Parts: sequence; structure tokens; C-alpha cells
Amino acid sequence: MTGEQKPGEGPDPADDDVVVPHPFGPGGGAAEAPVEPEVAEPAAPDDAATEDEVAADEVPADEVPDDAAGDEVAPEAVAPEPVATEPAPVRKRRTRDPLAAALIGVLTLLLGFAFAVQVRSVGDDQEYAGAREEDLVRILDDLDAREERLREQIADQRSALQQLTSSDSQSAAALEEARARAEAIGILNGTIAAQGPGLTITIRDPDDEVRVSDVVDAIQELRGAGAETMQIDDVRIGVSSAITGRPGELMVDGRPITAPYEFVVIGAPESMQTALNIPGGVVQDLTRQGASVDIAPADQVVVDALRPLDTPEYASPDTDD
Amino acid sequence: MIPILGLAAGVLLGLFFDPTVPLWLQPYLPIAVVAALDAVFGGFRARLDGIFDAKVFVISFVSNVVVAALIVFLGDQLGVGAQLSTAVVVVLGIRIFGNAAAIRRHVFRA
Repeated sequence: MTGEQKPGEGPDPADDDVVVPHPFGPGGGAAEAPVEPEVAEPAAPDDAATEDEVAADEVPADEVPDDAAGDEVAPEAVAPEPVATEPAPVRKRRTRDPLAAALIGVLTLLLGFAFAVQVRSVGDDQEYAGAREEDLVRILDDLDAREERLREQIADQRSALQQLTSSDSQSAAALEEARARAEAIGILNGTIAAQGPGLTITIRDPDDEVRVSDVVDAIQELRGAGAETMQIDDVRIGVSSAITGRPGELMVDGRPITAPYEFVVIGAPESMQTALNIPGGVVQDLTRQGASVDIAPADQVVVDALRPLDTPEYASPDTDD
Repeated sequence: MIPILGLAAGVLLGLFFDPTVPLWLQPYLPIAVVAALDAVFGGFRARLDGIFDAKVFVISFVSNVVVAALIVFLGDQLGVGAQLSTAVVVVLGIRIFGNAAAIRRHVFRA
């Protein structure tokens, strides 16, 4: 190897930075050498420690080339060989020129710095810096495909979220609606307590003259006048309530009521009052039969008697509508 | 001794400050580092050969770095920057190998 290099370097000084002194040795190097040591020697005390180390380093360094020259370099570097004898004294006197030492120090420091920085910066983004173009294209394709997939996924999730939110609000509204309807139906059907403006009607029947038809008439009249729900003596009247029994032993839905019969009705008080009091109406009939009727409108009456819910046994909702 | 100290100090400084390489320098820094490494190996070999010359070392160091960076720069301008930097690295690598072989002979006598 050296055999090939040396001849190449020897004749071509411009190519080689280090072995250059050989050819130039007699010329530039020799001319330089006498000058430098003079400058260097007075400066030597500046850094005696390094000086010593350098000297210590140099001793083996000097020895090695001698051996090496004897071993290998000698036959090849025939031309340098005579030159090498000349630099030898130069070497001995090579206590360093401080400027050169400083320059060498600065350059090597820069090299170390740049090396570390480069190593660090390569470590940062090593992954793709060295990748070939085809690899990069493939990676890019992969990333594009992945982005596409992720975008689709996002869209799916978005629409799912949309559906869930809207169905949530829809179902909340439906639930609210259903609850309102359940309440309305519950009030009409008598399964929940109700309160509101209405009338309290007391029918005294000292002679047990009030008949079933009278009570039914009164209920119908009240309903016709807009009564929404009512109870008679703590028995709630619903759509299927039945008035039975004989005068003096009247029953509503099989539960006995006793005079005085107290109707609590929720509805528009004036309308109902008017409806009851019309000539030939309920009040006149009852009065003619010997009963007395007191009607007391109130802003707030409570109908709190409850009916059990009639669960349809045969009918089921028609879902077509 | 000075070069070793300088290298160590430089590496420590570089690790300590950890500066980001400016973008315009990024293509050239590795080449410059390799060129400087070549000069340092050459200098070490010359030292072992007993023909070390500080002036030659400094000039070769600087010119190596500048020429290597210049070649890559020209390659960039010509659109063959990647290939030329590969060429520079190959050439410098061969030289470093040669110098390392010479150093090895000196150190191990083999």
C-alpha cells in the first residue's frame, strides 16, 4: 500500500499535505527550519509542561521512524531517504512555534467542535437523511395512505358523533314529549294527583233523594263545561267510572259515597258554575228533589284521589299511525 | 499533545453547547469534518515519520477543508452535489485508510 502511495505522493507534491515536506524539505522546509527554532526557543518557557510532554512524545516518535525507515520505508523512499537525514536535526530542534501551536490547537478544536456538532445533528434526523429517493417515495406513499385512512376514520367518527348527538337530543325531546303526554293522560285518567283552579261542590242530601242519574248528570254537566278531572268523596272519577247503587247508598266504582257528597273539580270555575246553575240544570233538579247545593269556586283545589290504571287486556297500540 | 487537547476540548464544547447547524452549512460540514480528519491523520503519520511540519499541517488542514467544501459547493451548483460529496468522501476515506495503515505500521510494526 505504502509502495503505491509513496511514489504517487512523492512526485506529486500538490496532492499530499503531509509528506510534502519531503520534496520541499530541501527547499521551503529547510529554509523555514532555521528560522523557526530561533523564534520558538525563547517562547518555550511559556508552556514548559507541554514542552516537556511534547519532548517526551517526540522521543519515541523520533525512534519509531528510524525503525520504520529501516524496516519498510527505506526501500521505497529512496529519494526521501537522503532528505530525511536533513530534517532530522530540524526535528530535534522542533520545539514548537507558538503561533503554529496555537493554530494547530484552534484547528483541532474546531475539528472536534464540528465533529461533535455534526454527530449530534446527524443523530437528530438520521432516520431519513440517508434514505434513498425510492425509499423516501415509498415512505411518503405509506404516509399518504395512512393519512387517508385516518381521515376516513375521522369522518366516520364525526358522523357517528353527529348521529349520537342528534339522536340524543331527539330522544331527549321525545322523552320530554312522552312525559308530558303521560302526565296529561295520567290527570285525565286519574292515575296522578292534580291541582289547579276549580270548584268545590257540596251536595247535601238529607232525604236520600239523590239518584244515580243525578250524580251522572252532574258529572256530565261538569265535563261539558270543561272540567278536566274531579273526585267525589275521595273517589276519583275517570273515563270509565261507574255510578251505581240506590239513593242513600250510592257507589262510585264500587266504593260507597255518603252525603254530603263533596265534588272537587278542576276546570274553569265560572264556566262550570254557570253550567250547573242554568235553569233546568243540575242545581235546579237537585234543589227540587230536596237536596241543597253549595258551589265554592277556588283558585286552587287539589284532586288527590287516585284510580288504579286500567291496563288494556285485549287492545294493543296500532303502530301504523 | 496540543491536538489531542484541542480535539477533546472541541468535542466537549460541541457536546456542551450543542448548536444547531445552520441550513446552508449542513451539506458542507460533514465533508469538511472528513477533510479535516484526513489532515489530522496525515499530520499524525508525518509526526510518526518524523517529518511533521506545523506550517504544512495548518495549510493542509485549511486547504483540505476549503477544497472539499468547495468541491461539494460546485457540485451543488452543477446539480451533482450528492455524487461529488460521495466522491470526496471516498477519496478522503482512501487517504485516511492509507494514513491509518502507515500509522499502524509505526505503532504495531506490522
